[in-house]
Amino acid sequence: MQTQDLSILLRKHPFIADLEEEFLKTLLGCASNALFHEGSYLFHEGETASTFYLIRTGRVALELSAGQRGKIRIQTIGPGDVLGWSWLISPYRWHFDGYAVEDVHAFAIDATCLRTKCENDHHFGYEMLKRFSEVLEQRLNATRLQLLDIYSVSAK
Amino acid sequence: MMEPAIIPNQPNLDPMIPVPATVRRIVWETDDTFTLFLEPPLFDGMPFSFEPGQFNMLYAFGTGEAAISISSDPGKPGSLAHTIHRVGTVTSSFSKLKRGEMIGLRGPFGRSWPMKQAEGMDVCIVAGGIGLAPLRPVIYSILKHRKKFARLTLLYGARTPLDLLYRVELEQWNKHDDFEVLITVDRSDSSWKGHIGVVTNLLSYIKLDARSTIAMVCGPEIMMKYTVEELKRRGLSSEQIYISMERNMKCGIGICGHCQYGPKFVCKDGPVFRLPEVEHLIDKKEV
Repeated sequence: MQTQDLSILLRKHPFIADLEEEFLKTLLGCASNALFHEGSYLFHEGETASTFYLIRTGRVALELSAGQRGKIRIQTIGPGDVLGWSWLISPYRWHFDGYAVEDVHAFAIDATCLRTKCENDHHFGYEMLKRFSEVLEQRLNATRLQLLDIYSVSAK
Repeated sequence: MMEPAIIPNQPNLDPMIPVPATVRRIVWETDDTFTLFLEPPLFDGMPFSFEPGQFNMLYAFGTGEAAISISSDPGKPGSLAHTIHRVGTVTSSFSKLKRGEMIGLRGPFGRSWPMKQAEGMDVCIVAGGIGLAPLRPVIYSILKHRKKFARLTLLYGARTPLDLLYRVELEQWNKHDDFEVLITVDRSDSSWKGHIGVVTNLLSYIKLDARSTIAMVCGPEIMMKYTVEELKRRGLSSEQIYISMERNMKCGIGICGHCQYGPKFVCKDGPVFRLPEVEHLIDKKEV
């Protein structure tokens, strides 16, 4: 795919829809298209988080291996969502398995490439950090709400 | 002098005296939630009528009374249903009823969802848990008069896939081209192929035109609080958001004070409120 085409497609993703043109070009240098078929894993817990994903279509389940309880699905990530921030925080390892519940089209962003660009251009790095912080805050709030078990009788 | 209380739909009826209603059947929706179908009582020969979002006071003889939202189709006066979460003595009594047995019924009470105001608008329905029950009559009404409304969306969250209400209907609704239904659960194993996460997450997967949307939200209060925050973050104003509150209702007509919520009585002024009416109360520990 041409870089220009990828740029147009990237613009449609909510995470970067309003990103400055200059920053988009910087990000573009680390981006590629990715397709994962239903039933495949994008990554496994403990592996190096060398990529993060901007989901275009399809759904990814985050799974945690819980010993005798087997695999527990914690959350699903869908179109327009950001998948993964382990690439940002040392030691850059995935904390979950990422399982494609259905065919997934995504932008894969090379983490080493992006970290280097963030280090070299702190304005760009700060912009990325702000955007990821917002995602983190939303996920944290959602997780807290999930932990409250609000639909159980005892929670009322 | 205080005006005598009336039931708007049945002005000739004393709102404090239950009328007998016959049980038609009970359908279990989940392990602890069931729908109680009643033979609608006639009032002065007139069929029972209600608006989406209203509730009845149902009386299990010898046990007690509980406020239960009406979950059936207001366009079908021959069928009256209440979806009930079995949580205490009264609701447990209802769950044991058999076909042909009688209960007492007072109602319908309370303010309904803003169906007239929603005409011509996109309608975004957000339900959590048993909060789908008082919103089901809204869905029936809109589907019956589909052309009067623009985009219709249902975002529904439950604890697990086994806790989803009205599963057959959810599947049917999902087949409508002009009705977007998104369902999520808080937890599941790998057999569930749908969304996992809180219901507010689903808002990011729909098109929400903030200028032309009316939102109707019902569920646990904390769920409504976060949903309201997310709707506002997506551009809706408080005036475009309606919520249904739940309080311990007794008289149903704003006299006894059991359901007082700040300056409001949930039974009479609600249970459906336009958000600005109660927004200042939502975060308060005690009102």
